[in-house]
Amino acid sequence: MIHFKNVSKIYPPHMVALENVNLIIKSKEFVSLVGSSGAGKSTLLRMLIGEEAPSMGEIIVGDVSINSLNHKEMPYMRRKIGTVFQDYKLLPTKTAYENIAFAMEVAGKDDSEIKEDVPQVLSLVGLEDKANQFPYQLSGGERQRVAIGRALVHRPDILVADEPTGNLDPVNTWEVVNLLLKLNELGATVILATHDNSIVNNLERRVVLMEKGKVVKDDAKGKYLI
Amino acid sequence: MKEKIITALNRVTKSGLNSFWRNKWVSTATISVMVITLGLITSLFLLSVVAGSILTDLEQKVDISVYFKLSTTESEIIKVKSELEKISDVKSVEYVSRAEALAKFETEHENNPLIIKSLEELGENPLEASLNIKAKLIDNYESIASFLESTRFSGMVDTVNYRQNQKVIEKLSSILGTVRNSGLIAILALGFVAVLVTFNTIRLKIYSMREEIGVMRLVGASNWYIRGPFIIEGVLHGLVASLVTTIIFYPILVLISPKIAAFLSGIDIAAYFRNNFFQIFFLQTLVGVFLGVISSLIAMRRYLKI
Repeated sequence: MIHFKNVSKIYPPHMVALENVNLIIKSKEFVSLVGSSGAGKSTLLRMLIGEEAPSMGEIIVGDVSINSLNHKEMPYMRRKIGTVFQDYKLLPTKTAYENIAFAMEVAGKDDSEIKEDVPQVLSLVGLEDKANQFPYQLSGGERQRVAIGRALVHRPDILVADEPTGNLDPVNTWEVVNLLLKLNELGATVILATHDNSIVNNLERRVVLMEKGKVVKDDAKGKYLI
Repeated sequence: MKEKIITALNRVTKSGLNSFWRNKWVSTATISVMVITLGLITSLFLLSVVAGSILTDLEQKVDISVYFKLSTTESEIIKVKSELEKISDVKSVEYVSRAEALAKFETEHENNPLIIKSLEELGENPLEASLNIKAKLIDNYESIASFLESTRFSGMVDTVNYRQNQKVIEKLSSILGTVRNSGLIAILALGFVAVLVTFNTIRLKIYSMREEIGVMRLVGASNWYIRGPFIIEGVLHGLVASLVTTIIFYPILVLISPKIAAFLSGIDIAAYFRNNFFQIFFLQTLVGVFLGVISSLIAMRRYLKI
């Protein structure tokens, strides 16, 4: 379970990015976080992975308060949360295989485990034949699938996707969304931030609408109407 | 636990080697700058060795002599000698007896029949016995001269040649001091500039990788796991730069060494370099590795804060 408790974020001197956000996400839920650019979706997700700290309030994942973790404990938390970004954030000097393996290496997994899991993940995201390509040799959709592969190789309980389809064409968009759905079926909590209403309206899952740093609407089977 | 650390070390090393090879151009640029820095530092070092040996050579040419009156007996002079040897500023004292002084004088002037003839006519040895004194430091001569000029010795001592040479010795002493000090300052300043250039090159390299460092953090890598490959790369840069510097340096030294030897007799830098090869190479490598690793670590700090 993820619980945002009275979370506010103020960038000095007085830019309010989030204002008193309260949000509970149950485990194994698929939640779409929608709203226009600047509504605070990314800020909320960045706080969930500890990239930024809230000015006020608390974020609890399971039974751990994220903002009370110190710099050394943070990596362990992050290994439990898979993250996918709009700009992929792949390591440019590592191949697709190595990018995915890296996430397992930092967690101290055995070589034998890595050799077994990475090809599985690569075939799950449909890139078994691109394992040795570097990111610059891959298309946008392929890069994002590598990033998703990296996010799910830990079998994380939570998958955070911040505008994962923002740079993709419709065909690739649906491939990525279907992957997220598949992961959700396998038991991961998925939080998808997007401003693409065609995705949200076809999903028919929970939709949380944000505007100017506040949660303004929360529907169990929502639509995103602009 | 031990196995985990070994696995992590293995991975970090492999990743460092990989990144060293895959970022060939960045590695080449970093190593080139480092070669220039190490070359400069080594040249400055050798230069200071050369300058130092010139200065010591000059210093060793300075001595003072005390001449004893003809009436002084040898045992009295030997007593003065042993007293002088007890002074801590004195490096060595050499006794030149009257007979030795005469023999030396005669060999020096054997081509001058006039002098030899007048010596013969004189019938006896007119030369005084003397002590040649070398001090440890050029500044010590003043006090040694004063010691010999004290009233205790006034019955025996005829002249101390320090007074005649005083101006020259003082001048030389001040020149030597200035050269040593300004040389040291120049070496430190140039060395500092070179270090700064290398540091900035590495900083730029890390800056270009700041996003990757952030990504590693976000994927759940601990700080030491991220630093590891950069440390390995830094070590490699230092090592390769040191090797390249030596490979470039040695042939140049062999080429210019005879020219320097012709100009300043008795200094063979190529031989010095050969004899101290391991110390120089070790120091060079140490500076390179230290620069590579420390610069990376300092430059990375702020990008690891995520």
